[in-house]
Formats: sequence, C-alpha cells, structure tokens
Amino acid sequence: MTGKGMMRRLALCGAVAALCLTGFTGQSKADGDAAGQVAMRRLTQDQYKQIINDIFGPTVTLGGRFEPDLRDSGLLAVGAAQVSVTAAGLEQYDLMARSIATQVVDEKHRPLLVGCKPASETAPDDACSKAFLSKVGKLLYRRPLTQHELDAEVAAANAATVKTGSFYNGLGLSLAGMLEAPEFLFRQEAVEPDPDHAGAYRLDAYSKASRLSFFLWNAAPDPELLAAAQNGDLNSSSGLKKQVDRLMASPRLEAGVRAFFGDMLAFDGFSTLAKDTTLYPKFTSQVLRDAQEQTMRTIVDHLLVQKADYRDLFTTNKTFLTPLLASIYKVQASFPEGVQDPWVAFEYPADVPQAGILTEASFVGLHSHPGRSSATIRGKALRTVLLCQKVPDPPGNVNFNLVQDTNNPNYKTARQRLEAHRTQPSCAGCHKIMDPVGLAMENFDTIGGFRTTENGAPIDASGELDGAKFSDVAGLGKAVHDNPAATACIVNRVYEFGAGHAPNKSETEWVRGTLAKDFASGGYKFTDLLKDVATSDVFYRASAPQTGALDTPKAKLASDVTGNQEVQK
Amino acid sequence: MITLRSIDRRRVLRGMLGGTAVTVALPFLDCFLDENGTALASGAPLPVCFGTWFWGLGLNPGRWEPPTAGKITQFGPELAGLTPYKDKVNVYSGTKVILDGRPMITHFTGDWAVLTGTTPREERVIIPSVDMLIADVIGTKTRFRSLEVSSTGNPVHSYSRREGAAINPAEVSPAALYTRIFGPEFKDPNAADFKPDPQVMARQSVLSAVRAQREDLAKTLGASDKARLDEYYSSLRQIEQQLDLELQKPAPLEACTSPDKPTDIVLGSEIESVKGNHKLFAGLLSHALACGQTRVINVTFNDATSSLRKQGSSMTHHVYSHEESIDPVLGYQPNVTSFIMNISGGLADMVGALDSIKEGDGTLLDRMLLMASTDTGYAKVHSLDDMPLITAGRAGGRMKTGYHVVAKGDPATRLGLTVQQAVGVPINSWGTDSMQTSKTFTEVMA
Repeated sequence: MTGKGMMRRLALCGAVAALCLTGFTGQSKADGDAAGQVAMRRLTQDQYKQIINDIFGPTVTLGGRFEPDLRDSGLLAVGAAQVSVTAAGLEQYDLMARSIATQVVDEKHRPLLVGCKPASETAPDDACSKAFLSKVGKLLYRRPLTQHELDAEVAAANAATVKTGSFYNGLGLSLAGMLEAPEFLFRQEAVEPDPDHAGAYRLDAYSKASRLSFFLWNAAPDPELLAAAQNGDLNSSSGLKKQVDRLMASPRLEAGVRAFFGDMLAFDGFSTLAKDTTLYPKFTSQVLRDAQEQTMRTIVDHLLVQKADYRDLFTTNKTFLTPLLASIYKVQASFPEGVQDPWVAFEYPADVPQAGILTEASFVGLHSHPGRSSATIRGKALRTVLLCQKVPDPPGNVNFNLVQDTNNPNYKTARQRLEAHRTQPSCAGCHKIMDPVGLAMENFDTIGGFRTTENGAPIDASGELDGAKFSDVAGLGKAVHDNPAATACIVNRVYEFGAGHAPNKSETEWVRGTLAKDFASGGYKFTDLLKDVATSDVFYRASAPQTGALDTPKAKLASDVTGNQEVQK
Repeated sequence: MITLRSIDRRRVLRGMLGGTAVTVALPFLDCFLDENGTALASGAPLPVCFGTWFWGLGLNPGRWEPPTAGKITQFGPELAGLTPYKDKVNVYSGTKVILDGRPMITHFTGDWAVLTGTTPREERVIIPSVDMLIADVIGTKTRFRSLEVSSTGNPVHSYSRREGAAINPAEVSPAALYTRIFGPEFKDPNAADFKPDPQVMARQSVLSAVRAQREDLAKTLGASDKARLDEYYSSLRQIEQQLDLELQKPAPLEACTSPDKPTDIVLGSEIESVKGNHKLFAGLLSHALACGQTRVINVTFNDATSSLRKQGSSMTHHVYSHEESIDPVLGYQPNVTSFIMNISGGLADMVGALDSIKEGDGTLLDRMLLMASTDTGYAKVHSLDDMPLITAGRAGGRMKTGYHVVAKGDPATRLGLTVQQAVGVPINSWGTDSMQTSKTFTEVMA
C-alpha cells in the first residue's frame, strides 16, 4: 500500500479502528519462502470444457454438472488449489467421462478421433490402443504418459475389451478412466533443480507449459507448447518469450482474458442469480447472459483491441448493447434489422450517468437483492472485488430496534433507510465504508434499470470513496479510476490467477514493486501486465520438493521409448 | 444354512456374463427380513439411518419451545406443525454457541459450530461436519455414502463438508436426484430377476488402473495436497463400491418401492418453489433410505442467510429479519414469522415423509435420527444463544422421543455428541475449546 493510501486508511479507521476495513489482503501464508509455491489445482468448469473441446472438437457434447468451485483470496483460481473431488462430484465426473468417451469412439467420430483401426473389432489390439491412448493421454495429462502409465492404460483397455467383446467399447472405457483420473482433473505441478541457480528449484518444463497456457488461454497446452517443453526450449528465456509471444498473438488470448475477468468479477454468481419477475418482468435468462456478455465485450475491446488504460474501464462511455439491454438502461440505440440478438457498439451520451463497467447490469444487478437494490452489497462488492479490500463482517448480537421500516413514509429511499441504520454505533463503522460508495449506484435498480426516483423521492447519488467526493455514479467511476488500490488490486489478482496462490513474501516484493511500477509506467496496459508475468522468473520459481521426491529416478516417459511413435494429432 | 459370504460372488457371476438372467437362484438367506419386517433374518435389526436438516435464520425466542421441560404435551406456536409427530420428536432448548474470542461471522459461525463442533476462526470450514463423521461409520456399505439436497436451487447451499475445504454439493433438482438414485443403475432389491452387466465389470478394471497410480502421484505432494488426493481416492472408493453393488443381487427390503419420477417445480428461492421441491426431495430421500441406497442424508431447506422470498415482494427473509419492525400487538416480526411457519411446515413434511414409509409394525422414522439445526437463536440480532435444535426418530430404539430437554446454557455440541453416540460412532467427547463436551443428552438416550 502506498503511503497516501495508508493515510487514507488511517483516516477512515478513525473512531472505529477495530472495525476498519483491512487494506490489501492476500499475502500467502507461506511467507518466508524464498521461492514460489507449486500447486495442485482442480480444473475449473470452463477449463474442463475447453480441454474437451480442444481435444475432441465441438461435436462431442458434455452432459452432467460440475462441483461448485471455491473462491479463496477473491479468486476461484486460488480456491482451485484448496478443493478436492467429493464423492458426489466424482459421480458426475464419471458420468461425463463415460458420455464423452462413448462419443469419441462411436462410429461417427472414431475415424477422425481414434485414427487407427484394430485388426479385429471384437478383440484387444495393443498397437492401436497404444497409439490412441498415448496421443490422447499426453493432451489430457499435459505431459507424455510414463511407460508404466501407458502400459496400465493399454492393459485396462484390453481387459475391458475382453469383458465386453468390443474393442471400441474397451478403448472408450479406458479413455473414460483417464478423463476421471486425478492426473487429468488436477493440474499437479512438478519441480526440478534449477541448473542456473545451485540449490534452487523451478517448475519442470511441462508444468511451466501448463502454468503458462492456463494463464493466457485458460486451456491446456497445445501440441506446439508441449513440444517446446519436451525439447527444452521453454527453459531458455528466449524460448519462453517466443512461446509467450505466440500465445499472446493468438485469438485464444481472449478466452484467457475473459476467464480472468469472469473469475475476478465473480460472474459465477450469475448461475444462481434470481430476480423477482413480478416486480421486474423484463428480467429473463437472456438478460443474465447479455449482462455478462456486455461487460466481457467492453473489457475485451478496451483492453485487447484498443489496448487502452485499464483504469478507463471505470469511466469509459463506450460499450456494447443488445435491444434488451438498451430497454433496461432506457437508452436509444439503433440495431440492424432482421438480426436475432444483435450486438452493437454504443457510446453513452454525455447527459446520462452511465459510464464504465460499474454502471452495467453485470455489476449492479449481480450485487443486489432479488427484489431491490442494495447499496451495502454493492459498496462491499466494489471494495472487495475491485479494490481487493476486506470489509469486516457485521457484529453479533446487535439490536436492530432502530432499523428502518420500508413502509415508513419517512424512509422512502435507500439513503434515508441506511442513514437510520447508521445510528447504531457498532454498525456505523463498516456501513460508513460501504454505503457512501454503494449509494452512488442507486440510480440503478436491482436488474440494472436506470431510475431517478425511488418511491417517488428523488435519488441522491452523491458519495465519497477514500476521501474523493462525487455527486453521481460517473464521479464514483472517476474515483475508482484514480484510486491506487484499483491498480494494485488488478496486478495482484492477475498474479494470483496465474500462480494459483496469493503471493508469498518474495513474490509480493516483486508484484508490488517491479510489476506494479512497470504496469504504471507503461500506461496501465493490461496486455503488458500479462506479458510481464508470463515472461518473469518469479512466476515459475518453485520451493524445494517434498523430501525424497527427487530421490526416485525420474519416471521414463513413453515418448522416450524407442519404437513408440506418438501419433500426431 | 449357507450364506453367500463364503462364496466368491464374482467367481459365481463371471460365468454368467453375456446376458443370462439369474432368477433368484442365489442364496440370500442372511438378507431376508424377519416376519415382522423390522429386522433381517439374522436377527439384526434394520440399520440405523441419520440425517441433518438445516434451515436458516432460526426461530423467534419464546415462540417455539414447548412450555415445560420433560414429556412434550404441546409445542410453542412456531413448531405447532410438528404436533402429529409429538411422540416422535425431541426439542432441545437453552444451548448456545460460544465464540471463545473468535469473530462472530454472521450466518456462518452458528451453523458450522453446531455442525462441526468447532467455532470457526475465519469464513472457512476445514473440518468434517457431523454427518460425515457418522457416514464414515454407518454409510460405508451403501451405494451412496450420503446424499445432499438443497431446496433453494443453489448447489452451494450445502451444510455438509468433508475434511479440507470441499463442500459436498447439494442436488437442487428433484428430477435429477430421482435419476441419480432410481435411474438405470438402480437395482431394485425386490426384483425377481437379476442380470449382472458385463459393462460394469469392465468399468471395474478401468478404475483399478486409475487407483494403481495412487502411490506414484502421492510421492511429490505436500501434506495438504496429499489429503486432497486421499479425498479423491475415497470418492473413487464410492464409485467402485457402487459397481460392486451393481454386480450383486441386493438384499430384499420389504418397504422399498421405486417412486414415480417427479417433475421439478421452478428451481429457486421463492417460497412456494422451495416448499414444493423440498417435499419432492423428502419423498425421494425417504424412498432411498427405505431401499438401502444410502444411510445418511443432508437436507437444506433454506440457506443460513436466508434468500427465501415471496413472489412479487422486494424483500427476502433475511432482509425482513433485520429491517422489519416488531408488531407491537403481536410481539414479533410478522413477515419473518410467516417464513418461519413455512420452514417448520417443511420440517413437518420431512418427518412426515419418513414416517409414511411402513416397515413392519413401525415406520422408517423409527430407525432414523434426523437432526435439525440452524445458524442463529434469533436472526434479528444474530444471537448465538438459545439455538433451536430438534431431532426426529428413535435411531432404531437408541433414542427416546417425545421430550423437551432444557440445556441451560450448555454448548450446542451436546446434541452432536448425542446423535453420534446414538447411531454408533465410538466417541465420548466432541468439539473443541469451549464447544468441547462429553455430556450427552442422557434424558433421551435409551
């Protein structure tokens, strides 16, 4: 935190020191480690879907549902390193795995996806099984299978073939086994001694490839990246840079950027977001989808296409709309005729308060009650999501005798009700932190609809954020834009997203130091930030492996064995 | 009499693959029920089952407790819906959650302190909930070690956790739960024909290959990742067990009938949907227990920060709890209480569903122990005093029912310890710090 920021914090704490929000949290518990941490991360839903799509193509469909992901330190990407697979969850993975595998080996897909043909369709065929399983296994496990693993998979396919009398059925079951194996479901990183630094360790090349690929594409490494890992290119800084450049030049970077912002902005909350359709008949599942897509399009255009300043996301008057969103926001936009669900680029006119992603339904709608807006929830979300601050929980055993009655004619607006609430000293501390921020968004109802009055009384959207005063939501956007916590937050989140953990002590020094400074001096270009992380040593450093882990001889990889030609996809 | 235990069942079945129907040629002699249908032929009673039933935002103090301690003659008005079952339930008042200086995390501390025995230090639960401790003892030989459901449409609204940070995700759709339990992989224990499926045996060999990599994988992991990998393999064990069971002719269970497939009511937190879906879940889970598919269930009626709402209203149950004034004539918050009455009605639906399945002279409820708990003693002030706790069922005769027990400020963990002992978990103390207790509710233990 900067000195200025700290002063603001101190000023905020004032009379309610014990309840003050905690600034910039999220340093890893493994403080003191000189090196980074390795992680074992469960694939997220999107990653699983992307991998299946990449390997088997879009005609193989996914059925079933996923375990809920866990949010930790503000990100699902960090929570992924905390969770395992529950019994109910594995049941679902098992169903999905068998459904996918059945499609891969069916008559429609097998010529393309299996590639080889068995000598007999009713008997085991080692050569074809081996060719298929080693090819698919490498893509699923993100490294070549060890000889031992490949032998076991082929044996499993053979046993299943014998039991069911069908080669393809046996092969499919073996594939299903790989699709529910921990080697696939978890991204387990491996370390090796760093030859350039005696006594230090680094991620091995395949783990490095995975970390890089999931970071930039939210997907498993493609064959080219795996090849760069296999031939050692990734271990040189020029080889690494070449791959980073390639990945960043690819249109697939958009998927990675969408994944990062979807995680940071907590868009997973949309999957269970409900609104009262009696009060808000315009709210449909299409609004849910459009709201997320609007913000994603705004972000992608702003950061990847325009390569503009990250901070301007909170002030820009440029966005994208569908007719449905335009009707909710009550703005005039023209759409092409005869196109279903058209998206058009749109600039908010100067005389409306909308500007920046804070005014989009994806923010004000996501952080609201089902039937009404909530200045407190929105204020808390702005603090925690966009500024990486922690707002304490409300105290227990509070007497709410003075809280407001929504039918009371004296308390027509949220501001009036919350001011009554703040007469409680124990509540006031935190509500002072959240409410003046959230009240600035009161011009938007619970689904993001624009309004100027509530219960007939005019809405006052003035407020204050860490000392910056404003009169409306556009002013709030400007205050976020100018708040150093906003840029410190995005830098930290980006690193956490890639590394899978909150930075430890040595990582924090680099993240808050060099990385943050370079981001600022380069004009807050998001792609520069991604590149700086992806090409840095810090990102791939590893702590010493568990005792004994490297004493065992390195498992022989199937691709190293003479005569075992991998089939290229 | 010979029993099948002395025969390698897989060896018997191996020769029968390819579709030959086995028409009850197998000797299930040790599995038949006795003439009363309440015990197996071996004399062992039907197994005890356990469940948790969670609701959010508590009840109104003074309005739920039976007026006197001891035998229940009457409930407080908010539990009046349980009157038809007053001889089959117990009510526990006067217990509390003790913070030991830890932060009071509203709608979180109370729920998890009761269910795990430990007051959380942060908004994370890393120790198993009581249902999992019980499932590890009584649920290891069934197709599902436990089944979780939430009536709110949100799978995260589950109050069941294993060690580590993984929640056991709740099923939110009754139709999906039906398919999971009574779909194609369900083996009716009372079916005359039994045909082992070669595909199932093939899947077994494939999963063996998955398991075979365990040691190699664990080698490089630190302790916490190893624990996560262990949990994965424990989950794999359930799948393997399901396959084992699919290859065996199940023991007949007189009370087992396959229910009709339900049609989901719109999923979500609107109160009529929640009540409707909950009722469907109650029926399905009762059938699942009667059919021996699981012995542990976890039901969420509504989440701790209750998102219950009424169609056309801008307020949720939670918002009402803080913002609604107490009606000076009634002496309580009318809208909050309306949600409470729906919740206690839901509990009555659950108990009723268990009680509706006849087993011999009694009902499924007799061998069940359902523990109902919540996150707060009084939502309006986030109180952790006087936590409302209720159990239903006699746990196969190990619990006495029909009592109101007054605890006078003891930790709420007394109930968690009591239910564990009642269903056969071998412990004599449970909980940590001030929530640690070795006192069961002996008044209701048979």
